[in-house]
Amino acid sequence: MSPRATLSAVLPLIAVLVLTGCGERYDPEAEAAAQQISPESCVDTEGDTVKVGLLNSLSGTMAVSETTVNRSLNMAIDEINADGGVLGKQIEPVTEDGASEPTIFAERASKLIRQDCVAATFGGWTSASRKAMLPVFEAQNSLLFYPVQYEGLEASPNIFYTGATTNQQIIPALDWMREQGHKKIFLVGSDYVFPRTANRIINAYAEAHDMEVVGEEYVPLGSTEFSTIVNKAMASDADAVFNTLNGDSNVAFFRQYNAVGLDAQSLPVMSVSIAEEEVPGIGVDNLEGQYVAWDYYQTVDSPDNQEFVTNFKDRYGQDQVTSDPMEAAYTSVYLWKDMVEEAGSFDVAAVQEAADTGGSEFDAPEGQVSVDGENQHISKTPRIGRIREDGLIDTVWQAPEPVAPDPFLDTYSWAGSINGA
Amino acid sequence: MSAAAPSTPSTSTTPTPAGTRTLPAVTEGAGVWTTGPRGALLGLGVGAILLLVVAPMTLSGFGLDLLGRYLCMAMVAVGIGLVWGRGGMLAMGQGVYFGLGAYIMAMHMTLADTTLEGESIPTFMRQNGVDRLPELWGIVQHPVVAVAAVVLVPTGVAGLLGWAIFSRRVKGAYFAILSQALAAAFAVLIIGQPVLTNGSNGLSNFHSLFGWDLSDSTNRTILFLVVAAVLLTMLAVTWQLYRSRFGELLVAVRDQEERVRFLGYDPALVKTVAYMIAALFAAIGGALFVPVVGIISPADIGVVPSIAFLIGVAIGGRATWLGPVLGSIAVSFAGTQLASVFPSFWVYFQGLLFILVIGFLPGGLASVTGFLRRRKTSETIEMEVTR
Amino acid sequence: MEILISQLFAGLSLGSVLLLAAVGLSLTFGQMGVINMAHGEFIMAGAYTAFTVQQILGSAGWSLLASIPVAFLVGGALGLILEIALLRHMYHRPLDTLLVTFGVSLILQQLARDIFGAPSVDVRLPELLSGPVTIMGTPVPAARVFILVLTVLVVAGLSLVMNKSSLGRRTRAVVQSRDLAEASGISSRRTDALTFFVGSGLAGVAGVAITLIGSTSPTLGTTYIVDAFLVVVAGGIGQIRGAVIAAAGLGLLQVFFEFGTTASIAKVIVLVIVVAFLQIRPQGIVATRTRGLA
Repeated sequence: MSPRATLSAVLPLIAVLVLTGCGERYDPEAEAAAQQISPESCVDTEGDTVKVGLLNSLSGTMAVSETTVNRSLNMAIDEINADGGVLGKQIEPVTEDGASEPTIFAERASKLIRQDCVAATFGGWTSASRKAMLPVFEAQNSLLFYPVQYEGLEASPNIFYTGATTNQQIIPALDWMREQGHKKIFLVGSDYVFPRTANRIINAYAEAHDMEVVGEEYVPLGSTEFSTIVNKAMASDADAVFNTLNGDSNVAFFRQYNAVGLDAQSLPVMSVSIAEEEVPGIGVDNLEGQYVAWDYYQTVDSPDNQEFVTNFKDRYGQDQVTSDPMEAAYTSVYLWKDMVEEAGSFDVAAVQEAADTGGSEFDAPEGQVSVDGENQHISKTPRIGRIREDGLIDTVWQAPEPVAPDPFLDTYSWAGSINGA
Repeated sequence: MSAAAPSTPSTSTTPTPAGTRTLPAVTEGAGVWTTGPRGALLGLGVGAILLLVVAPMTLSGFGLDLLGRYLCMAMVAVGIGLVWGRGGMLAMGQGVYFGLGAYIMAMHMTLADTTLEGESIPTFMRQNGVDRLPELWGIVQHPVVAVAAVVLVPTGVAGLLGWAIFSRRVKGAYFAILSQALAAAFAVLIIGQPVLTNGSNGLSNFHSLFGWDLSDSTNRTILFLVVAAVLLTMLAVTWQLYRSRFGELLVAVRDQEERVRFLGYDPALVKTVAYMIAALFAAIGGALFVPVVGIISPADIGVVPSIAFLIGVAIGGRATWLGPVLGSIAVSFAGTQLASVFPSFWVYFQGLLFILVIGFLPGGLASVTGFLRRRKTSETIEMEVTR
Repeated sequence: MEILISQLFAGLSLGSVLLLAAVGLSLTFGQMGVINMAHGEFIMAGAYTAFTVQQILGSAGWSLLASIPVAFLVGGALGLILEIALLRHMYHRPLDTLLVTFGVSLILQQLARDIFGAPSVDVRLPELLSGPVTIMGTPVPAARVFILVLTVLVVAGLSLVMNKSSLGRRTRAVVQSRDLAEASGISSRRTDALTFFVGSGLAGVAGVAITLIGSTSPTLGTTYIVDAFLVVVAGGIGQIRGAVIAAAGLGLLQVFFEFGTTASIAKVIVLVIVVAFLQIRPQGIVATRTRGLA
């Protein structure tokens, strides 16, 4: 045999030989048992400081939104440090860039846990980024605090969800629309997981509540062509639009919407992804009078919020606005501190235990929030808002008390088709 | 596209004053990278020792995973070196084949986990309102079928598409733009079918590969060794290809397609085969990427990631044998290191790399690494000037 | 009936946006075989020019009119710099220009992010263009009518220049045979630079138009570039006539398939149609006979 023929024959052989060397076979039950015993954690709690990871997209398409979250996280950490830290230790943030790509999020999460040995990580925005990080946090048994409203149907013991789940945003919005007498709803969304899940919930809700979904349209993320969709909405006899579009698509959508003569009076739009910081880019002319659903607005009238807004503006500039995800991120740091102090330890199992026994509460800018030990979400106060002339959002309705999180919609009889129960 | 005038390259199209300018030969100094058996054995041997022995012994689990990802990307680069460097076809849509391989593998792994956990269909499907496994998924349930599909589906798609395009003599910029549009459409398609693909979230959270536990550190080391061995095998194969009649034909087609046709060969066939091999390499890279990284999503396969595959190839020396692999690994490494410290600077850096390397150093770094040169010029290939 | 008219209009309107984005590309691609991936970023530069002009002038109406020539100059200047600094040296490597200009596009995008910030900025519409106008009993967006008219004017102006002026004659001569044009005393270098200036300037104009319908953000260019390339390829390289037909065709196809299916599926179908079409006519709708390009 010539050397080169040998070569190409030998290499696969090595591969095969190597394959026969043995590791563990996968067994789900053994795995579940192994989860209980934390794998070797390298978190260093001996010194005067404790490291936490901040993992937000600082570059790429999501940088717009995630940079502001990164700021409010830093602000919370500085406040806590000025106040004596957590368990007497100063928090030392390690910032990583998720670059708006799920793969990078997973990789950086792994780095934060395994190389920087952080005690907890705060960040993530898109569902894809969270789904990418989830297996990393579970396998390494570390904690992630995820601050964005999302589509629910998830409850990992290693993730604390401090944004709204669907029963704290979508369902209150639907309740409110129904109360206003809207019966025929047109759905428009970007083509990704959150809009698709939200719309499945809306369809199930409509069926159970004598409402009708008269159209359901998706555009690729970043799309700017809405002529056809707006034509379809006009041709349908909808009396309201439910908008789950993401980012820049909103600009083109509302421009086109107004350009054919539609507005908040003739056909109101309920949006669930437009917060204070997005309004200037979309143009307040295009949005004035339209509705949004969140758990927090900058205008929320409470001493805690006034302090939060003032501090944020003092720190980052008077022209800055505060929004729901920023508030949820800020809150998440305090909740972590609270749970750690209750547990008396940074150990993951101890923190989870503290969450389980309940009672972790915080007077957040949005009002009181508390951690639900069962699904690791938090109770929040849903609010419907209307966009005003200056781009801020007025609360037109709010829930009388915080709503307990129900990510799988188990308490809603009509939701059987959604949680697969 | 006029067959009548295969313009004599540089003279007719170079803007005048420099007159007939000979381009820096693309593989000058690439002697070694493409040399005879001894050089190749040396290259592969060094690579094998570094990857199969040194890396597993020195790197942490995290470092090994990272390197594993680089190697998977490098597999795509090997294929691009073949079609672009040797064949002159600027394939800007290799993300499609990478994605096909990755998604087939991810579907199989998701199903295998589901079965082991005693469920009938994956959780995300149930949450999408599906209660029966789609037939497309049923096919890849068996590991042998899955592996066969990783090999056959992408090569088949590339074969059909390549033949359709090349036999109609669509080439140059047209081919590049079509392949790019293909990547765009593929990503849109994957996102638009959430029931089958879990949409923009992609597939993730795998626990096992062919029954082996993926969180076990021994298994992860073995997985890395397999990845490294596959890459080395690919290199051995390309090295033999480059020395074969097919390799010569491919270069001939790149430089003078008409003449090859007049000699009685079918350039379309040669190009299609090269395109299929590149697709296969990309697909294998994708299939291994999934267990190593633990996720595949549309963000990894669209237009921008597809173009990003090219830069490493260009830096290493597109027409060389080892250049694409080394360049690709170097770029991935720089990306991890720089982006982590200076996120926005990394974008400028990437842009500058494209401009400087392709604009002023088309032969890649291989053309300046003279010190490694053993044999000169005999195998030097003139820069691609086909029009 | 009403929906048919508004869909027809939507298709033509999309076509006119695509055409405006592609016409400059068609020019530079056709003459020099240069595939300018940064064309999308020139469009973005035009859009930010409109934003800047509006910040300075204040009035939405006047600033729109003023920003059209300014954006032409900005786009043109960027193109000229690119041509002189980089592309001039690589006309014999058309495929490589594609990747070099991709690098340029990365840098321009990041520059826009660093200068104007990553969030999109709001370019206000003049009162006159913000509502609908009624055509044949159907309300259609006034801004889109404006873009349609602008496109017609730009294309008419361009074909006038190409057919009647000496620049046009020289350009066509170079396209048909670079060698013969050189031999008859035409400086192909000057012609190239000028063509690139005009082609890139048109991208700037397209940018101004796009601020009327979409968002102005650093990634604006990437939204249009792939479609613009498809128009050029399907239309036939260097053919304004072909580009017009292709843009209108793609616009209508996209819009009508979208009505029947979804936006995602429509995009895929349109691409498949383009690939299939190139099977039948690899040279595009209108074929050029040249000696320079293969």
